[in-house]
Amino acid sequence: MASEKKSTGVDAPAKASFIYDPKVRAVFYQALLLGGVVWFGLYIWGNLTANMARQNIRTGWDFFGNTSSFDIGFTLVEYSRSSTFFDVLVVGFLNTMLVAVVGCILATILGFSMGVARLSSNWVVARLATIYVEVMRNIPLLLQMFFWYFGVLKLMPSVKQSFELPFNMFFNNRGLVTPSPVLSDNFNLVWMALLVALIATFFVSRWAKRKQDLTGVRPPATLINLAIVIGFVGIVWLAIGASLSWTTPVLAGFNFKDGTKIPPEFLALLWALVLYTGAFIAENVRAGILAVPKGQSEAAQSLGLNEADRLRQVIIPQAMRVIVPPLTSQYLNLTKNSSLAVAIGFPELVSVFMGTTLNQTGQAVEVVLVTMLIYLSISLLTSAFMNWYNGRIALTER
Amino acid sequence: MQKTLLKVALTAALGLTATASYAGSHGGGTLQAVMDKGFVQCGVTAGVRGFSAPDSNNNWSGLEVDFCRALGAAIFDDADAVRYTPLTSTERFAALSSGEIDVLSRTTTWTMTRDTSLGINFVGVMFYDGQGFMVRKSDGISSAMELGGASVCIEAGTTTELNAADYFSSNGIDVNTVVFENQDEVLKAYEDGRCDVYTTDSSALAAERLNLEDPDAHVILSEIISKEPLGPSVRQGDDGWFNLNRWVYFLLLNAEELGVTQANVDDMLASDNPAIKRLLGVEGTYGDMIGVSNDWGYRIIKALGNYGEMYERHVGPSTDIGIARGVNALWTQGGIQYAPPVR
Repeated sequence: MASEKKSTGVDAPAKASFIYDPKVRAVFYQALLLGGVVWFGLYIWGNLTANMARQNIRTGWDFFGNTSSFDIGFTLVEYSRSSTFFDVLVVGFLNTMLVAVVGCILATILGFSMGVARLSSNWVVARLATIYVEVMRNIPLLLQMFFWYFGVLKLMPSVKQSFELPFNMFFNNRGLVTPSPVLSDNFNLVWMALLVALIATFFVSRWAKRKQDLTGVRPPATLINLAIVIGFVGIVWLAIGASLSWTTPVLAGFNFKDGTKIPPEFLALLWALVLYTGAFIAENVRAGILAVPKGQSEAAQSLGLNEADRLRQVIIPQAMRVIVPPLTSQYLNLTKNSSLAVAIGFPELVSVFMGTTLNQTGQAVEVVLVTMLIYLSISLLTSAFMNWYNGRIALTER
Repeated sequence: MQKTLLKVALTAALGLTATASYAGSHGGGTLQAVMDKGFVQCGVTAGVRGFSAPDSNNNWSGLEVDFCRALGAAIFDDADAVRYTPLTSTERFAALSSGEIDVLSRTTTWTMTRDTSLGINFVGVMFYDGQGFMVRKSDGISSAMELGGASVCIEAGTTTELNAADYFSSNGIDVNTVVFENQDEVLKAYEDGRCDVYTTDSSALAAERLNLEDPDAHVILSEIISKEPLGPSVRQGDDGWFNLNRWVYFLLLNAEELGVTQANVDDMLASDNPAIKRLLGVEGTYGDMIGVSNDWGYRIIKALGNYGEMYERHVGPSTDIGIARGVNALWTQGGIQYAPPVR
């Protein structure tokens, strides 16, 4: 404790020991640092507000309640020119999330396929995967977006000469038009049945796993699950007489009517993000698989596991430990890169909020702060989820 | 461009650059700062023919560029003492308030929100404009009321975005808007057929139509749906600089009204008309009042001509943009351009 320290002699021993107490010192320095950071933050903020006031620039958060007065071309929720700037934020956020979620799923599928393909013993498949990876990840993403949007869009037919796809779908330079589902009122019972069935499959899988652990016999869980979902949902559907029909998009004037329209900006953005991020994920996957020692595969073989089981039970679980942490970064990258959409006109967060809203209100500081905060939150939440997942699949030492 | 973006981001994030530039505009003001560095930094478009665009010799030219050149002539007796910063619609106001530019002369509509809450002051109206629509001839459209279901291409962060929403919703027309950050991309998307309609200020439409592959395949509808008074703006809080800008603008109008042109300005020095004497600095100390040499009027007209000459040179009927004077004529000729007297 403090009494072990030599006092300087002049001061009273208690006081000297207090000053030289390493614990007290540590707390003191940390408090000093914290105080410094807080002071710096306050200084910057004070400086900012004082300057803006002197330049007569409006500040504050009131603008969120004001009427936005502009249109947005693609929204997931109800929106019109009389909605508020807060609604604009919601619309932009949801559009960003749509791109991020769909993009992450597709990029994962593409990346895993390409990563495995690169390790294929088939020369052509492996080379093609290599070419894909090297081309995609070495060309700037913005350039790729311009290519897909302006390069490919130019070749698409006009609305009147749309490509006709199966199932009443049309493709033209205004994007993809698909029939919209028309659901009868009691259709939400079917959704509930689907939810119940999915919960049931979760328990079936758990039961199957436990049974395999205990007895070594693996019940055909996949088949049972399939039967539950199709059977249960089907029975409910038929029993309540729910109906599902599809509209037929028809050409009227400038564009199709009665259909779901997916704008080409969204398709180009998604396509570019998936191809670009998929290339990086492919490399992560390849690295992960190569990181599993060959002995593991040989040991599994000598235990008599067939090839599918070797992959599923031995190789992939170990490879995932290597794949998941960099995969998280790729998910974050994809989400943040979606902000490049501002260049090709897809109304996501940066475009409608940091672009139009900032400009119409002139409140740059507030708008930029909110936008940064949202991206930060999305990224931290994604990281938290992936870390949780990583912890779950991490090798448990026994 | 990159530098601008960076600065805008920095300003927004910290407000630090604003501090630095603001210190400049208080002690001695913007005019002193401009004199010290030897040129006027002028914010312009990335290229709208007739207003601000690089010409065939790669020099910036246009009606709004000429306003900046007039400042250069008044301050330095050198219309070339101007440097240009091309800005997107979304960057422009932050570039002005951060001190990156001294004056913003970039097809900017004077509105109440902008005038009161962005910390800027509009100097005057260089061009009275209105928003119009351009469509393909092959669509056979004669009125904007027939645009139901159409896709409309718009540049982000403009009054155009607001006017279009107002107009279409008040007329019950359902359209799909596609918004781009840069006007080049708006034009490209329109040309590629992504949109049926391109809407912006009608003067800019006339200029942009010439950039299309086949201008004759496109037509500008007669409807004008808004008031778009376009003019230069400066930072609030520096009245000296504001006065200089404002009187340079008034001088251009007064010179036209008094018949002083680039060609006859030397003869006019000997004129007996006291108004012309004051205008050209033969009589009085009007230059002193705005912090420049007393022959500022002579310098400007000698270098660039009056407002009417600038108009004819860049957007008038004799140019390929070909916009008649209309409301932009002087009040003496049936227009609404009017300037208080130099006296």
